[in-house]
Amino acid sequence: MSWAHKDLIAIQDLSRDEILTILEASTSFKEISRRDIKKVPTLRGKTVVLLFYEASTRTRLSFELAAKRLSADTVALSASGSSFQKGETIMDAALNVLAMAPDCIVIRYPHAGLPQKLARELPCSVINAGDGTHEHPTQALLDMYSMKERFGSLEGLRVAIVGDIRHSRVARSNVYGLTKVGAHVTVVAPDTLLPPGIRGWGVEVSRELDPVLKDADVVMMLRVQKERIDEQFFPDEREYAYFYGLNRRRVDLMKEGAVIMHPGPMNRGVEITHDAADGDRSIILNQVENGVAVRMALLYLSMGGNVDAD
Amino acid sequence: MLIKGGRLIDPADNRDGLFDLLVEDGRVREVLDPGSATAGEVVDASGCWVLPGLIDMHAHLRDPGYEYKEDIETASRAAAAGGITTVACMANTDPVNDNPSVTQYILDKASGVGLVRVLPVGAMTKGLKGKELAEMGLMRRAGIVAVSDDGRPVLDAGLMRRALEYAATFSLPVILHCEETSLSARGVMNEGELSSRLGLAGIPAAAEEVMISRDVLLSQYTGVPIHVTHISTRGSLEIIRQAKQQGIPVTCDATPHHLLLTEDAVRTYDTNCKMNPPLRHEEDRHALIEGIRMSQVDCIATDHAPHARDEKDLDFDLAPFGIIGFQTLLPALMKLHQDHDIDFSQLLACVTRNPARILGIEGGTLAPGSRADIVIFDPAPRWTLSEDMILSRSRNTPFIGWTFTGKVVRTMLGGVTVYRAG
Ligand SMILES: [Zn+2]
Ligand SMILES: [Zn+2]
Repeated sequence: MSWAHKDLIAIQDLSRDEILTILEASTSFKEISRRDIKKVPTLRGKTVVLLFYEASTRTRLSFELAAKRLSADTVALSASGSSFQKGETIMDAALNVLAMAPDCIVIRYPHAGLPQKLARELPCSVINAGDGTHEHPTQALLDMYSMKERFGSLEGLRVAIVGDIRHSRVARSNVYGLTKVGAHVTVVAPDTLLPPGIRGWGVEVSRELDPVLKDADVVMMLRVQKERIDEQFFPDEREYAYFYGLNRRRVDLMKEGAVIMHPGPMNRGVEITHDAADGDRSIILNQVENGVAVRMALLYLSMGGNVDAD
Repeated sequence: MLIKGGRLIDPADNRDGLFDLLVEDGRVREVLDPGSATAGEVVDASGCWVLPGLIDMHAHLRDPGYEYKEDIETASRAAAAGGITTVACMANTDPVNDNPSVTQYILDKASGVGLVRVLPVGAMTKGLKGKELAEMGLMRRAGIVAVSDDGRPVLDAGLMRRALEYAATFSLPVILHCEETSLSARGVMNEGELSSRLGLAGIPAAAEEVMISRDVLLSQYTGVPIHVTHISTRGSLEIIRQAKQQGIPVTCDATPHHLLLTEDAVRTYDTNCKMNPPLRHEEDRHALIEGIRMSQVDCIATDHAPHARDEKDLDFDLAPFGIIGFQTLLPALMKLHQDHDIDFSQLLACVTRNPARILGIEGGTLAPGSRADIVIFDPAPRWTLSEDMILSRSRNTPFIGWTFTGKVVRTMLGGVTVYRAG
């Protein structure tokens, strides 16, 4: 099967088979990352522009490494904290980037919708590296890859996603993806941190963490942002940690073989304690390693790579 | 002048049929059986509908202060081309229309242009800040027809009560944009499953309904009539329906876009589908349409809100709210008439008789003796809206590319032709 999409904007747009195709392709790219010489000529002569309008060293480095290992040229444009303002329209900026003749634009942006617009308007590939509270598809794919690597199959896997689902594009992309591939997802949060309408998304919703822990194969903790306290989504960190934080006592409630994930960066002591983050069950560092492989696969597929080739 | 051969539709005068219209000195002299009179100047309206000039009771003309978006002249041209002869314009200009000199400026400029009747709506509070009452009485003397803090709802219930009572002193209708802004917060579209999917902050229906409830109760308590503008939800209509049943003096309007579009239009992040209140669910849209059929929705008003291209070409989160609407008002009425089988004269009443009554102004009828503000409308042609047809300075409309039925052939203001189809 060949890859039909020029762009990767949202997990919502992908079918179950397409998700599995990406995960499968990632395996061969992970192998490359473990070689002595971590570089293949697959994308030689291609240019990847990394357009980061929001601070994110980890995701940017992961994409940069992925592109370099495929021998693509990379140009990184960072304008942290800024977005397009009156005077410079979005399309003006896009056309400027287009003048660099990129084959692929990887974009991280603080507001929802721009990657979709660019994909529609530009001839090159566009990969969404996170847009506002909309989606972060590559993070979800690397999360799913990490789960599949660990458990063999995603079908029937029990995944608990804990925390600020409302403001988390990572949580949303994971919910869309995991439910498509047949995993059983439970989101755990106070009602204030649930997105409106989530009950129609094929997930279970729990207000309590403890009862969910004993059945979960994967416990994914989400970062809690301090500004949510100012906005009165919950009273304070102490209360949040008491009800929704992952600590040693809760880790002990988890079943044999269950793992802990976190998309990072972590707020240690709030949603996750040191011993939970760094303990045996944590596969947080695997997530980081797998991120490069999955992004290599996506760059390759988006720029016209054929799944059967190579 | 004799306008002959057309179908005269005039809800205020209970007429719908073939009549000739004799116009003299800017007024309708007589409504006659077809062919029963002649005159020196004859306008052949055969095959066309002859309608009272439309009254749009909610528009933003952006003048003074934001002339790069629109000014009174460009707005007047667009309105005349849309068959609108009377426009009530909101106070959120720069400076705000919260004092008689701004009112006077608007009236002077509009009469200089002379294409439509522009009726200024004064601010309820100084600077639209919701803190102190504006000079409603002096503005009334200068020529405002109503007061409103559109877009910046008065949050202080005590001040709202005073504003209602004070406005009543000068017989000023009060037009309310009902929104509890602590609930709408940073929302940019309807709150629900779709807003979550799109990653956009939502504006819940309750933001509108909570405030309508408050203001209905204040109207009941003070006895002062209120007009709730641009209602967008089924719940809002239900509150108003019940209030009317109890005899509380409340009226309301809906916009063409809330009657024709739903939140679905936001899926592509098209900022021309960003307005406040936001586009809602299909069930809300249907409730509003039924509200018109049942005469629970009194008026249809455009909330014409021009914005420059570079303002709208921002992220959905950041782009300003609002769309233009003058040239798509009559086409929208035709579409509602055809798609939902609502009597055209009932729709027409929502932009003629009813707003005239609520604002207490002349117009909205072609009964003998009325001012000859007249639209001649050909109901037959099908056409597709393209950007080059737009006469406003701004082109922010989601209806580009839509096919409509019926075109304005001629618009007359006091018997003088102010627009003629090219
Ligand atoms: Zn408003
Ligand atoms: Zn308005």
